[in-house]
Amino acid sequence: MTNLTSLTISAARDGLKKKQFTALELTDAYLAAMEKARVLNAYILETPEKAREMAKASDARLAAGQCGALEGIPLGIKDLFATEGVHTQACSHVLDGFKPQYESTVSANLWRDGAVMLGKLNMDEFAMGSSNETSYYGNVINPWKRTNSNAALVPGGSSGGSAAAVAAHICAAATATDTGGSIRQPAAFTGTVGIKPTYGRCSRWGIVAFASSLDQAGPIARDVRDAAIMLKSMASVDPKDTTSVDLPVPDYEAAIGRPIKGLRVGIPKEYRVDGMPAEIDALWSKGAEWLKAQGAEIVEISLPHTKYALPAYYIVAPAEASSNLARYDGVRYGLRVPGDDIVDMYENSRAAGFGREVQRRILIGTYVLSAGYYDAYYVRAQKVRTLIKNDFDKAWDKVDVVLTPATPSPAFAPGEITDPVQMYLNDIFTVTVNMAGLPGIAVPAGLSADGLPLGLQLIGKPFGEETLFQAAAAIEAAAGGYTAPQWW
Amino acid sequence: MSVDQKTVKRVARLARLKVKDEDVPRLAGELSAILGFIEQLNEVDVANVEPMTSVVTMKMKMRNDVVTDGHYPQKIVANAPAQDDDFFMVPRVIE
Repeated sequence: MTNLTSLTISAARDGLKKKQFTALELTDAYLAAMEKARVLNAYILETPEKAREMAKASDARLAAGQCGALEGIPLGIKDLFATEGVHTQACSHVLDGFKPQYESTVSANLWRDGAVMLGKLNMDEFAMGSSNETSYYGNVINPWKRTNSNAALVPGGSSGGSAAAVAAHICAAATATDTGGSIRQPAAFTGTVGIKPTYGRCSRWGIVAFASSLDQAGPIARDVRDAAIMLKSMASVDPKDTTSVDLPVPDYEAAIGRPIKGLRVGIPKEYRVDGMPAEIDALWSKGAEWLKAQGAEIVEISLPHTKYALPAYYIVAPAEASSNLARYDGVRYGLRVPGDDIVDMYENSRAAGFGREVQRRILIGTYVLSAGYYDAYYVRAQKVRTLIKNDFDKAWDKVDVVLTPATPSPAFAPGEITDPVQMYLNDIFTVTVNMAGLPGIAVPAGLSADGLPLGLQLIGKPFGEETLFQAAAAIEAAAGGYTAPQWW
Repeated sequence: MSVDQKTVKRVARLARLKVKDEDVPRLAGELSAILGFIEQLNEVDVANVEPMTSVVTMKMKMRNDVVTDGHYPQKIVANAPAQDDDFFMVPRVIE
């Protein structure tokens, strides 16, 4: 029998239907692989009993011919998603011992479609980070290493555990979330596919909030087809999230393989940033050539406010985070550190519970929202956000999709970037998409000189996910897939 | 924009974060660097630009003002560090 963990979702789905193996055998293969890969620290909690129980239920449904779209497919869940009765802490100490009494809408959708939960995945604390170094549960190790080097590398962040687990084949696919690039940047660092859908496409209900006007859930998967299958199940219209948009969820998988002849692909000149490594620039040109060779039309465009997206983001996101994280006060859930009085108890609990990066962002957010500064910072940033969105609205007159690099570099080493602003620059190509609420997909497109995966990003019109899958599949067809050599 | 140590302490108090005295200079430096990075927004002409309130053009959904959920206080307090008789327990706030 072939190694079951090497199968994509679409291949496993076919194998299960043809009864070549059972859902329980598939789940057991993953549980064994997870045990061997513990050095990666991708899972902060494995749930083998729950996984086997769900797999057995899937086998019963498969036998009865009532299978869902993800029947028997083993998945990893980012620790940001509330899972009923199961550890959910956003990888923070402040949520110590928290076990939700409810299930997030996105994960509930996956279980409705027959998926199996393998465990909870590591991430940057409260999704604040670009390297998975801010997790209370320690760093995640990227399955990829530089050629002829044994040095550990970061998997990117904040969905570092999700990306590493997908790349290491210790889940078939994973849930992730993206506030400024947290799906696309780790996907690019690990040779996986990650899509952040349009704001409002997936329900945010039951996802621990970071910056509510930017947060959006999406999948990380091994290939474009698997990402399409995952998003179809994750997306829904949810009465529990008033920002979820009343639009039917299309069959994204059907978009894969559609010819891209005549597709207008925009190349924004402002993304050619100072100091961009030559290999990133070359990869970007190659991506455009691949699309052109398949019949797409390449159009130079301008998105003039691009450089202001990141500074505006570092007002909006911390401001919203400081409000959202006010709820962690040691009263209703999580860590409580006693104090002289109730305020002292709040201050002690929050100081002990939040890590350095989270505290930094709470302070920035509190500062920019404080009396006298609100107009100068928050309102100005929201105006810049309007300008960023206007840039894209104008571009959509000329193009159907925008092509950019996904990240300014390949994966780096833990501890290599210590300056917060340097770390924030990792999101330079991804953050505009969140600011404008647009969908964006990262797709592997090549390897760096050091043998590390590099990704390209495609940005779409609002609810243009089908076009993204169509164009990403065209890049994938030209670039091929990339699998990390197993060393663990 | 440079943040002084007094401001760090004031903002930390507003955010209900206890900051150790020895960490204040480091935080002042880090916050100044981040705010310095943000300063470049001042180059942008935002006159007559509406601040964004929603990234997706949609009408706010309305719902009937009725109770649709609830009646499970035990579930609500289940994760509390201290609870008694379906109430959250906190240190005494009124003498």
